[in-house]
Amino acid sequence: MAVSRVEIAVPARARARAGTWTTIVRFARKKPLGAAGGVLILLMLLTSVFAEILQTHDPIATDAAATLAAPGPDHWLGTDHLGRDIYSRIVHGARVSLIVGVASTLLGSVLGGIIGLLSGYVGGNTDLVTQRILDILQGLPLLVLALVMSAALGPAVHNVIIAISIPIIPRAARVIRSSVLSIREMQYVEAARSLGVRHLRIAFRHILPNTMGPFIVLCTAQLGSAILVEATLSFLGLGVPEPYPSWGRMLSVSAAEYAQKAPHLVLFPGVAISLAVFGSNLLGDALRDTLDPRLRGS
Amino acid sequence: MSVVIFTLLRLAPGDIVDILFSTAGYVSPSEKQAIMKELGIDRPYWVQYVDWMRQMLTGDLGKSYRYDQPAWQIIRPLVPVTLELAALSTLFAVLIGVPTGVISAVRQDTTLDYMLRVFSLAGLSMPAFWLGMVIILGLVTWFAWIPPLSYVSPFQDLKLHAVQFLLPSLAVGYRSSALIMRITRSSLLEVMREDYIRTAWAKGQTGRVVIWRHALKNALLPVVTVIGIEFAFLIGGLVVTETVFNLPGVARFLVQAILWRDYPIVQNLVMFIAIVVILCNLLVDMLYGVLDPRVRYGS
Repeated sequence: MAVSRVEIAVPARARARAGTWTTIVRFARKKPLGAAGGVLILLMLLTSVFAEILQTHDPIATDAAATLAAPGPDHWLGTDHLGRDIYSRIVHGARVSLIVGVASTLLGSVLGGIIGLLSGYVGGNTDLVTQRILDILQGLPLLVLALVMSAALGPAVHNVIIAISIPIIPRAARVIRSSVLSIREMQYVEAARSLGVRHLRIAFRHILPNTMGPFIVLCTAQLGSAILVEATLSFLGLGVPEPYPSWGRMLSVSAAEYAQKAPHLVLFPGVAISLAVFGSNLLGDALRDTLDPRLRGS
Repeated sequence: MSVVIFTLLRLAPGDIVDILFSTAGYVSPSEKQAIMKELGIDRPYWVQYVDWMRQMLTGDLGKSYRYDQPAWQIIRPLVPVTLELAALSTLFAVLIGVPTGVISAVRQDTTLDYMLRVFSLAGLSMPAFWLGMVIILGLVTWFAWIPPLSYVSPFQDLKLHAVQFLLPSLAVGYRSSALIMRITRSSLLEVMREDYIRTAWAKGQTGRVVIWRHALKNALLPVVTVIGIEFAFLIGGLVVTETVFNLPGVARFLVQAILWRDYPIVQNLVMFIAIVVILCNLLVDMLYGVLDPRVRYGS
């Protein structure tokens, strides 16, 4: 008996593993661009996790003897005006970009998601008032709102995260609310209600899991713009403060002064930002097409 | 909306008095009080708010704390610069975005379609300010051409003015064109599946007439929406571009005013941007009726 149990258990587990793998392969074959985006994001994730191993120099150590060095064997991507190694700074910048990007996207999406869920589920006047407030928030351009917020809160990493997450809230609330509105009318929700399940439990246990598709799509799509906004804020001096190496600040006005003498100063951080945002845009597009056909083209 | 803007601003730690005095060494508390009183920021927030609203309604935009001048006098010369930049960028965005979107939709899933989509997504991914820096850098390196350091008005030197505005609006327009291209593509793809398009083909009309005359006309509605949203977004999004290209526009000034905690200027600029956004949305709504008789109101 014991032998046969083992025989059954092994193929079952193997099948489950093959299932995940097949899904990924199938996705990659169907959406090669999306898979490329996924690879880019994975690369960024690995870079930020293993930044200490990948770095060749201390990212914040200055070197007066080697300022504005051109890319070469010593400094792969050259040095900036203080002699800091650009390659090591970009590697560490990936960590800052990813943390700020992911944290602000999650914070904004979760807050917005909860607001959307409750507003959609409760409906009536609550919904009406919430929607008008969100309209106002969405009326202001994302960057202006983040700008005002980050200036108001002061330069610190967690403040930048909050500043970037606030403009995401109305977007997330919209998406979740619209799917809640249709799910709310489904029969299984009615069944749960007739069984006497409490409202909060219906909202979070029965409706919320079914909004995960659009939610994941939204998060991937917002990640790119969150990274972009972080870079922009840092570029303007309102983002992540020194001494954290941030891609945006590496491009800031002080770097632009030396651009003519050392073009690598401007080139490489910009390429890093573009690739990161490009990756999450590609992945977001492909996920949207696969998971949520309704959002296509928006 | 005004309440939101007002509250967000007052969250800021520190105020203009602290910044003004940060370079002045020791300042007696009584002196500080006097200046706060003169600027009117010692009063309770709700009084300041009511004051601001009353001023807005009477067309008085208040006085800049920093420049000691009426806010409107400082903002007014900046508005045309930003509007011109936004209009030019939108123009470029439409000129690039609509044709590429149409081509991409007609040649769906070919290599050309993939290339165009990657091209447009790349535009969406590049920071506009970085693209601007790279363009300047390229011009300096290859053509030894340096953009004018200060703003040139069109009445002084029209050619130089045009060159000065062309580059930033190309950089920004490329980015916006990506969104327009994507929406044009998906909207056109949807329309191309309709029955009346099949009828047009069946009548033996040429591809050009079917696509540009029959299909695009009906696919334009969502495109117009995006153009409207983009134009409004540009006003704020130009912040960095104006900084990089050294153009004295509203957006660049907003950053400076934020750093100076110059409340009247920031409040009014953000209000101005919000009003432009609302007007754009209204305009787009009205355009719907013109473009598509099916959504004409009140009939």
